[in-house]
Amino acid sequence: MDIAGLSTGQMSHACAVRTCYTPENAREKREAAGVSLPRFTLLVPGNFSRGCHSVQLMLRYIIRRLLQAIPTLLGVSVITFLLVSAAPGDPVSLRTFGDPRMTEETKDILRRQLGLDQPLPLQYIAWFTGLSIRGGDQVAGMTTPSNNCGYVGNLNVTVCDSGGGIIRGDMGTSIDTKQPVWQRMVERMPATLQLGITSLIVSLLIGVPLGVISAVYRGSWVDNLIRFFSVVFRSVPVYWMALMLILIFAVWLGWLPSGGRQTVSLNMSFDLWDRVQHMILPVLVLSFGPIAYFSRIMRTETLEVIHTDYIRTAKAKGLAPNSVWFLHALRNALIPLMTVLGPAIVGVLAGAVVTETIFAWPGLGRLTINAVYQQDYPMVLGSGIFFAALTILGYLLTDIFYALVDPRVRLS
Amino acid sequence: MAVQETTATSIVRDNGVSEILKRKPQTYWSMARTSLSRDKLTLIAMSFILLIGLLAIFAGTISSALGVDPYDTEPVNKFQTPYIIPYLEWRLGIDTTTAPTMLYQAGGTPHWLGTDQLGRDVLSRLLYGGRISLTIALVAAAIAMVVGVLFGTLSGYFGGVVDDVFMWFINTMTSIPDIYLLIIINSIFRPSPLILTLYLGLLGWFGTARFMRGNVLKVRSLDYTLSARAIGATDSRIMRSHVIPNSMPVIIVITFIDVGALILTESILSFLGVGVPPPTPSWGNMLYGANDYIFYRDPITYSMSALHLLILPGILTTLTVLAFYLIGDGLRDALDPMLKNKK
Repeated sequence: MDIAGLSTGQMSHACAVRTCYTPENAREKREAAGVSLPRFTLLVPGNFSRGCHSVQLMLRYIIRRLLQAIPTLLGVSVITFLLVSAAPGDPVSLRTFGDPRMTEETKDILRRQLGLDQPLPLQYIAWFTGLSIRGGDQVAGMTTPSNNCGYVGNLNVTVCDSGGGIIRGDMGTSIDTKQPVWQRMVERMPATLQLGITSLIVSLLIGVPLGVISAVYRGSWVDNLIRFFSVVFRSVPVYWMALMLILIFAVWLGWLPSGGRQTVSLNMSFDLWDRVQHMILPVLVLSFGPIAYFSRIMRTETLEVIHTDYIRTAKAKGLAPNSVWFLHALRNALIPLMTVLGPAIVGVLAGAVVTETIFAWPGLGRLTINAVYQQDYPMVLGSGIFFAALTILGYLLTDIFYALVDPRVRLS
Repeated sequence: MAVQETTATSIVRDNGVSEILKRKPQTYWSMARTSLSRDKLTLIAMSFILLIGLLAIFAGTISSALGVDPYDTEPVNKFQTPYIIPYLEWRLGIDTTTAPTMLYQAGGTPHWLGTDQLGRDVLSRLLYGGRISLTIALVAAAIAMVVGVLFGTLSGYFGGVVDDVFMWFINTMTSIPDIYLLIIINSIFRPSPLILTLYLGLLGWFGTARFMRGNVLKVRSLDYTLSARAIGATDSRIMRSHVIPNSMPVIIVITFIDVGALILTESILSFLGVGVPPPTPSWGNMLYGANDYIFYRDPITYSMSALHLLILPGILTTLTVLAFYLIGDGLRDALDPMLKNKK
């Protein structure tokens, strides 16, 4: 009860509108609103539902937060577009390289078809939305009638729809394989997700207990050891650690394979043990950073929580140490961890770029690096935009989650 | 005033009341210095950085004194193992044949830390590489600090539209994972070390700016700022003599940790082949070269003769980054007045 009382007390400062949503008045609220809204207790377990945000306030916050993400996405698209246009080499020459039929005139026609003769802002609009805009009435002068184009009379421009554009998920065509960028990325996604999710689970399972142990035995040799290793793991270059592990486990001991996702054989049948063996080293390498990060956060948060009044009260009540730790301290210390989880997932997936390169893991990161070596810019930018969108989504979910579990977050 | 003070101190001294009153006045920085001088780990880290720094500065002198050059290729002498171990064994009388043989094969020039796949001297490449890696990281961190403090202060100070635009820009730039952003930019522009430094600096100030903006907003609402305003201080004076000095300790800590992180970033980029372009040595691209020889064995003796190429640059990078992180942590403890009050 103390906890609920405390948060309600702080709410009066934080929230402009005090509409408390508690199980007691839930039904009245819903009936008053005239709609059947989902119960927060279903979404968030335990104490969290005692916060006093109204559902409407929450929805309004989520919508506002979604709208705030739009300018950021636009900014990312402008930056990536500027990078595309700054890239050396002419896209037409790159695409038609070595084709003897290509004269300068045909190249000019191709350039015009691709809209490369237009000013940069119009090129951006065409790239982003798939709508190309040209001055004058182009429809009338067309030799073949097109139903994708239309003439806007009062602006005196012709708008043509290419059916593509970033906004519709079309990131262009890979110069290397002539496949759509999106398709190549989807093909590689499972490998990256397999690596990323496993590493995340491993690092949570190791990092969180380490952080709590560190806080519980603060100042002891255990704490010092954990903190020392967490600093060391932050300082080791990821790729070097990978090389050393390959050297030890693949070259010297010969216990584990040095790279790849599975042993290459004729029938390529699914062999679980073989898959697991191939995963051990990459997952280990990818987990070191997050383990250090999670244990550091858990240590700080646990230390903060155990100095609060409600833990002292719980101890004074005579609760068993274990129930103080697990029911009160750990539970509250985990909330900040949840809020860094979104960015951490993105970090692990993006960090895979190095790990995948070293272990020849057929994922998104290796795809990107290979595209870099082959100067396949649409491919490189495609994965850049993909990870940017993922990051924005990660922060968005984090903010919404934080507002859900922490009633002190200002919603209005 | 002066007379009163002398009498006050002389009374204390004459009566021998309190030794504490006789001590020199302690300023914030002198207290930080005292607490730092007790922190052995930070002192060790500082001496290590000083040593690496001196070695990097005198890389040219040391190399020419040893008769080696980081760019001299000698294909005959490729994959030589470090000379230092056989040399010690020779001097200690354990093994009197290996070292002279190696020296003879190398044509009389000892390669103390061996040679790489092109027969270049590893020691001199490590020294020159350290110079490149450290310079890039230090200059980029300095750029990031100056730009971050400037934009953060402006953003928090002006607020409104300026703040919105800055924050939008920072949020946008930090949305693209920085390793991807750097790989994309570097793959498109193929920068020289100088341009790379500028990129790293100009893409590294967002964290500092965010902190600075937050601190400006915080300090502006504190009582002493209100008092300063009440006695007629201008906004720019409040910024200069209250807000920025108040933020300086944390900015210094952030910058030291940034240097470590930037060494890592540069080495990852160089390792992926989009950082410092070869043949210029950096710790990262020395490993980029060595990566291909992880399974390499000497054709005659069948021993793994590329080990030193794999291990040495990595250890140096790790220790240097670790030292910068430890200095950052040590400074945080020394400069944090709240922590000191607890002691």
